[in-house]
Amino acid sequence: MTGTIDPTVINLVVFVLAVFVGYHVIWNVTPALHTPLMSVTNAISSVIIVGAILAAGPSEADFGSILGAVAVGLASINVAGGFLVTQRMLEMFRKKAPRVDKK
Amino acid sequence: MSANLVALWYLAASVCFILALKGLSSPGSARRGNAFGVAGMVIAVVTTAAVVAKGHIDLILAAMAIGGTIGAIVSRRVQMTQMPELVAAMHSLVGMAAVLIAVAVVNNPGAFGEHDPLPRGNRLELFIGSFVGAVTFSGSVIAFGKLAGLGKKFRLFSSAPVTFRGQHPLNLVLALVMVGFGLAFFLAEGRAWMPFLVMLAIAFSLGVLIIIPIGGADMPVVISMLNSYSGWAAAGIGFSLNNSMLIIAGSLVGSSGAILSYIMCKAMNRSFISVIMGGFGAAEGAAAAGTGDKTVRSGSAEDASFLLANAESVVIVPGYGLAVARAQHAVKEMAQKLIARGVNVRYAIHPVAGRMPGHMNVLLAEAEVPYDQVFEMEDINGELGTTDVVLVLGANDVVNPLAHEKGSPIYGMPIVEAHKARTVLVNKRSMAAGYAGLDNPLFYMDKTMMVFGDAKKVVEDIVKALE
Repeated sequence: MTGTIDPTVINLVVFVLAVFVGYHVIWNVTPALHTPLMSVTNAISSVIIVGAILAAGPSEADFGSILGAVAVGLASINVAGGFLVTQRMLEMFRKKAPRVDKK
Repeated sequence: MSANLVALWYLAASVCFILALKGLSSPGSARRGNAFGVAGMVIAVVTTAAVVAKGHIDLILAAMAIGGTIGAIVSRRVQMTQMPELVAAMHSLVGMAAVLIAVAVVNNPGAFGEHDPLPRGNRLELFIGSFVGAVTFSGSVIAFGKLAGLGKKFRLFSSAPVTFRGQHPLNLVLALVMVGFGLAFFLAEGRAWMPFLVMLAIAFSLGVLIIIPIGGADMPVVISMLNSYSGWAAAGIGFSLNNSMLIIAGSLVGSSGAILSYIMCKAMNRSFISVIMGGFGAAEGAAAAGTGDKTVRSGSAEDASFLLANAESVVIVPGYGLAVARAQHAVKEMAQKLIARGVNVRYAIHPVAGRMPGHMNVLLAEAEVPYDQVFEMEDINGELGTTDVVLVLGANDVVNPLAHEKGSPIYGMPIVEAHKARTVLVNKRSMAAGYAGLDNPLFYMDKTMMVFGDAKKVVEDIVKALE
């Protein structure tokens, strides 16, 4: 075995392991929190903003960097909206103190 | 910043995201989890901004400020009953961002540290990322329209399935043509705009076409599926940019959405394929006509309050009708009144009640219903036989005993076994059939009393009568 590993192969390794981690973590999520799960995964998937920043970044601005900037804007809506709305929902789940006098 | 350092910061951000999801295993740890999520996002954004620090950072900051402000305002204003629409809208944004990035990559691969023109392998991945992104975008827009009730203005957004002859063959042909152009993009030399743009256009229309035949009550599956797609789109873009951050976060989201879709399908005892093929419940309302000679006992809110007040145990089964009527606060008030009288009040939640996974739980949480009163279907079904009164609020198919009868269209679907209780109170707006277009024998049982009317109005009347 000689030579360097193709980046695509490394990507594939990362991908498969991440899917496994996701699979096991998600099955442990309590069904009562499935809606916050959707909103937080939404916020997490807007990490695509990373790609958007790279697209908007180059010092010579062109057509691509404008698209990138628009994508940064769209993804930012999701980042802010997703995490804040999740927070709002989770606050609701917290407010009530557990009742002790269970019948 | 060196590429190694960037990769390590991305690793830190990925770990934060995993902890964010892990936190959701219980309501107690969930808020800390969300804080991890925010931390992960900050790390990812700051690291990437440092990479392009010499470029148009002003442009980026401006876009982030605008987007962030809009997001913050929306998140504050949105009502809990509108959560399904909001989530659908946010999925569409991820999809669109993926498409825009893909176009920018085709335009100038050099900006992303790629070879110019883009190597074949990266093109294949870019093709996958951008078509999934496009389908996510247009599909989510349709889902948003259906959930927000825009069907009255535009038939495209009708919450009833929109079907036409040759729909599935058309989708198949379009999908094949799209893959064809994707291959052309893969094999072409240079920028290859033409096949890329045609492929995108087809993907946008496919997104519309695959969501329109799916009806309202299947929305929990659709919205989970689009959630999953938005993750796979991010992962696809990550592959083409060789960006581990996008691959990891995208895969986490992708598998999350896939698992939710699976759970939702299982709760309806339907296969994923049959949901996606759509058309279910197209005959809505028609089946109810055949009720003929069967008689229904109906009563007033006062009658209902009398039964509830004299019960020892009450189980409330909320459904989509409760969300539409925004009755959650009234229900909480009613439950408090009953608890004050010594009645044991609990809630039974069916996994697909409402329009998205966990919809009912969030509404009850908003009304500050203590979560130790809220039970999942399988945890409370065993106790329904000894329950005095089951109060069904705006739910139908999820309490339909036909699910236990061989040969019925919903045979095998797990249900909240309301029919086992001593007395059943059902609140509905009318006798119309539910989403499955089926009659519900529960309504004709001797021990069942129907209370017709808007859920909120009826519950408020019950509260008044209890005073």
